[in-house]
Amino acid sequence: MNDLVLIRKNLFRRKLRAILMMVSILIAFAIFAVLASFERAFNAGQDRATPDRLVVLNKINFTQPLPISYYNRVAAIDGVAQITHFSWFGGYYQEPRNFIAAFAVDPENWMKLRDTDFVFSPEARAAFIRERTGVLVGARMMEKWGWKVGDHIPISSSIWSQKSGSHAWDFIIVGSFTARIPQADTNVMLMGYDYFNETRSFGKDLISWLALRTTSVAANERVIEAIDGMFANSPYETTTDSEKAFSKAFAAQLGNIALIVELVVGAAFVTILMIVGNTMVMTVRERTREIGVLKTLGFSGGRILRMVLGESILLALLGGLPGLGVALLLITKVRDSLMNFVPALSLYPDIAAAAVGLMVVFGIITGLVPALNAMRLNIVTALGRS
Amino acid sequence: MLSPADPIDPMIDIVDLCKRFTKGKETITIFDALNLAIPRGDFVAVMGPSGSGKTTLLNLLGGIDRSDSGAIEVAGERLDRLSESELSRWRASHIGFIFQFYNLMPMLTAAQNVELPLLLTRLGRKERRERVETALGVVGLADRVKHYPKEMSGGQQQRVAIARAIVSDPALLLCDEPTGDLDRSTADEVLSILQVLNRDLGKTIVMVTHDPAAAQYAKRSLHLDKGHFIEKELVA
Repeated sequence: MNDLVLIRKNLFRRKLRAILMMVSILIAFAIFAVLASFERAFNAGQDRATPDRLVVLNKINFTQPLPISYYNRVAAIDGVAQITHFSWFGGYYQEPRNFIAAFAVDPENWMKLRDTDFVFSPEARAAFIRERTGVLVGARMMEKWGWKVGDHIPISSSIWSQKSGSHAWDFIIVGSFTARIPQADTNVMLMGYDYFNETRSFGKDLISWLALRTTSVAANERVIEAIDGMFANSPYETTTDSEKAFSKAFAAQLGNIALIVELVVGAAFVTILMIVGNTMVMTVRERTREIGVLKTLGFSGGRILRMVLGESILLALLGGLPGLGVALLLITKVRDSLMNFVPALSLYPDIAAAAVGLMVVFGIITGLVPALNAMRLNIVTALGRS
Repeated sequence: MLSPADPIDPMIDIVDLCKRFTKGKETITIFDALNLAIPRGDFVAVMGPSGSGKTTLLNLLGGIDRSDSGAIEVAGERLDRLSESELSRWRASHIGFIFQFYNLMPMLTAAQNVELPLLLTRLGRKERRERVETALGVVGLADRVKHYPKEMSGGQQQRVAIARAIVSDPALLLCDEPTGDLDRSTADEVLSILQVLNRDLGKTIVMVTHDPAAAQYAKRSLHLDKGHFIEKELVA
């Protein structure tokens, strides 16, 4: 026997009570892990964003277009190192519910700009630049639809139509790419802007936004002022911001996720903290006489304190770790169906590590008061209590 | 001094001990200049009416209560000079306690209960197990190692408590009404074990009891009343 056995035996002396407390903690940590994972997924764009990348949008809002002519004018501004442009395609595959995140881009420059996020094979890179009707498809999207390089796929748009009146475009998959960093989502399709622009029936020579990399973070402010100043008082005024701010604003459309997470988790935690803390106090109080006996045998106050704290931490871990398991199961189950909305949904290792840290803190907070009471317990008083 | 202890090496030596309790605005004096000496290897029964200070004396001897003044020397250590942590360490190695209501841990087996004091030592698992088996053998419960307290009779539980008290081989056993919750024949069994521990293993025993029949097992009995020993009676 050792102290750990003693702690475990104490914890499970009333099995039903211990199990109910563990279930409460399990629920709290499952909620924490799921909501934190959603919050991370919603903000994946911010996490991926590097500080030297800027986004140029129509000042009204990001659904309003910009002229393609801005591309060359912005590229010429001192401090702009790389630039590309995006046009939202609004695609779906076979039927409208099969949403496809697709963008028309300038292939060569888009790949240069996103080289830090994705891995492109030389063959895919060359083919995407060469083939006008070719599309580059991310690995997750390929896997989701069972596509392979060389497949001909009809992709329809819920926004655009061809001059023929058709909403569908026939594309050839000329290559795929994988993520270089965990936050980079590969559930995405890229097509050549030139082909898209020539074949669509309206909106010619318009793009959705520009994305660029500055020569250094120090140049950001100057570049932003130069761009927005250049197009001030024009029919298409711009607002330029960091990619991180853009992603944050995009995520904010879905509400303040971080606030929701904090409120829900906070409420659940405080409630469960009070329940478990109160139960721990009662549990230790019931054992007053036994603690008195342990002290009589020579167990020091410090050792008693460590044992009670150990019990509350063990309880938190036994409840919390299965809670992480439940969260992982839930996330795995819903990930595919939510891939289009929260593509980066995953229980990241740092969230799990933070949860484990939180379990220890939770255990210390709930066990501290009963542990201090036990440590300070007067032996004569304890033995006199029946 | 009430008793002529070994002048060179007494197990217990109390000089001018004072102990008071405060209850509300009232101060109750339990001991006022109490003196007592008990030699090593003695078996003393302390008797007296309720409230006479028997249990308080035992608590003071075991270092779980503090005196207000005076000197308490037990097993060569001045308890009134030790800090709480020093007292904890001292108790673990010098004192074995036996309580009226056994005070076993309900979630531990007999062997685990007996092993508890050994968790405070540096002994390895094997040595601890051997000591536990020996202690349970001394009290005649070698076949009950895996039984939980609720699976044992009162007498068996008290014998487990005795095994727990002796497993770390303390020099002094302090027994607070050890047979107070037992029937006569079971009480006799328990008292016989204490007698063996005193006679054969040389343990010094101080036993608080209300029961004159129990006191007969001691070498002598001391009668405590209103904080003073009023009578000395040699029993054996």
